[in-house]
Amino acid sequence: MYAYILRRLLTIIPTLIIASFIVFSLIRLVPGDVIDMMVSQHDIGDAEVTRATLEKAMGLDKPIYIQFGAWLGKIALHGDFGDSLWKGTAVADEILARAPVTFELGLIALTIGLLLALPIGIYSAIRQDTIGDYIGRTVAILGMAIPAFWLGTMIMVYPASWWGWSPSIKLVPFSEDPIGNLKTFLVPGTVLGFALAGVTMRMTRAMMLEVLRQDYIRTAWAKGLKEKVVILRHALKNSLIPVVTLIGLQVPILVGGTIVIEQIFVLPGMGLLMLEAVNQRDYPIIAGVMLFIGLVVLFVNLMVDMSYGWLDPKVRHK
Amino acid sequence: MRENFVTVDHNSDKGSFMTDGTTSATHSRDAAAASSLQTEEGPNNTVVPKARGFTADFFIRLFREKPLGAFGGIIVLILLLTGIFADVLAPFGFNEMSPLNRLKMPSLEHLMGTDQLGRDMLSRIIYGARLSVIVGLAATTLSTIISVFIGVTSGFIGGKFDMYIQRLVDAWMIFPALVMLIVFVSVFGPGMWTIIIILGIQYGIGGSRIIRGATMSTKENMYIRAADSIGASVPRILVRHILPNIMAPIIVIFTTRIAAVILSEATLSFLGLGIPAPAPSWGGMLSGAGRAFMLKAPHLALFPGLALTIVVYGVNIFGDAARDLLDPRLRGGLGSYSGKK
Repeated sequence: MYAYILRRLLTIIPTLIIASFIVFSLIRLVPGDVIDMMVSQHDIGDAEVTRATLEKAMGLDKPIYIQFGAWLGKIALHGDFGDSLWKGTAVADEILARAPVTFELGLIALTIGLLLALPIGIYSAIRQDTIGDYIGRTVAILGMAIPAFWLGTMIMVYPASWWGWSPSIKLVPFSEDPIGNLKTFLVPGTVLGFALAGVTMRMTRAMMLEVLRQDYIRTAWAKGLKEKVVILRHALKNSLIPVVTLIGLQVPILVGGTIVIEQIFVLPGMGLLMLEAVNQRDYPIIAGVMLFIGLVVLFVNLMVDMSYGWLDPKVRHK
Repeated sequence: MRENFVTVDHNSDKGSFMTDGTTSATHSRDAAAASSLQTEEGPNNTVVPKARGFTADFFIRLFREKPLGAFGGIIVLILLLTGIFADVLAPFGFNEMSPLNRLKMPSLEHLMGTDQLGRDMLSRIIYGARLSVIVGLAATTLSTIISVFIGVTSGFIGGKFDMYIQRLVDAWMIFPALVMLIVFVSVFGPGMWTIIIILGIQYGIGGSRIIRGATMSTKENMYIRAADSIGASVPRILVRHILPNIMAPIIVIFTTRIAAVILSEATLSFLGLGIPAPAPSWGGMLSGAGRAFMLKAPHLALFPGLALTIVVYGVNIFGDAARDLLDPRLRGGLGSYSGKK
């Protein structure tokens, strides 16, 4: 197992380097680059001279691979993503300050998504083609079709205009008021979770249907086991692997979703940080957030791969 | 079945003699029985089910086997027609302001009410359909071309080249689509054609995996080796032999991508990074200046999202049905499950 994890970690490294190169070159693609912006802001002396000085000061006069190496080296060795162009603060600090909000939102959304998807998906499968199944499938399709930003907007608008109620958007730290904190995340988390639940629900149902037709399920029934045991212990565990894979695949969607949800519910997470940075063309922050998200996605994929061993002994012994 | 009926008729009588013992020859007159007998008659049988065109066959099967998919297809058709005939259908212009009629609730004159500038919401929704159709089709076409180009070259050439390209695709895919799109917009600035191009690139790279897989399995076929051995050039093999045989996955990624593309455009416009303001993008209508007025006039929030939901729903179920019909290999996880082994 350790050898496997080590091997996986090693294969991640080239992916990460290429990924950071993508980030680096995207940021360098900018037509009106940072220098232009600074030159136009500090309107002092000869533009060409200022330009050359600035380029030299920022190391932009060196060949691109040296710039890339220097940039990557700083990140890898010192965790230094550079400084924000506008606030002058370290990008790493900005990200660390915002990340907990995004993680909490993502975690709550994932939990709510699974709490919706697994029971409904299982129920749909074991009561295939009943009214309950049809309702479950309709909910799943709706979850996939309703855009999260619309659902979020509707929840902000309609209850407020009908009953004067709107979800609380005041964020209190978890350590001070855990319940108030969770309350703030409940509505945004549900909106995002509902969007994720659709796909997971369909996958759970499809896998359960397939597993329920296996011989070992018939054996379990023949032994006289209770439905609860057959479903939860024999069928569910065997249908979870593709579902877990799917959850891993959904993490990028989840991250995209948090950007939108943070914008609607004004939660100061990484998504909002990124949108602010995009509006101000604050490229070090954009690059930092991108790399950070990439790292998280890779890490989650690794965790998903490792969970196969726990779920499926056949994988473990290989 | 119906069009075979007459030709099958006289054969079916003969057939019922051969299998005899069947209770009544009159029963065999019905087309189903006739066709089942017809298969027993072997290669001598001149009655071959009429070969329909690929497209006609697809739509007939869609309506017969996938009623829900056909329903989705109708939604798609309505969207297309609304987009094409927006000028005729819309009662007002999409940017036609009338300051006296600001924030009107839905009425007979304005079926979906008016917005904060007195623009007719129904007209904006209709023109929004046109925008969605243009962005959806253009970006999906571009993305499909990119997917096919990357997938076919990577899968066909193989070896080191394939490995490098795939690592690049790997690295690209760790960034969430929305994050990539936002960064692209920040680099190239918003605008309809920029959005189309970046959506095309983003989804094109993502979809190349499926095309690569299909190319690699097609490449192993004997006819490819045969073509190679008679001296066919690589471009000829690619165009005449590989491409026609990976048409099913190509159509599948095209149909299944449209919904994602339309939704992504709406999301970007919602975030203020999509198609700039006066254009009636459904996503854009939910954001920006209108947001401040939504508490007073909730219909501003209702209709654009409803239109978007219906379209995404329709395109999704149509795409699913198309995938099930065209490419059973891709049916697996996310598709509908027939319940039969």
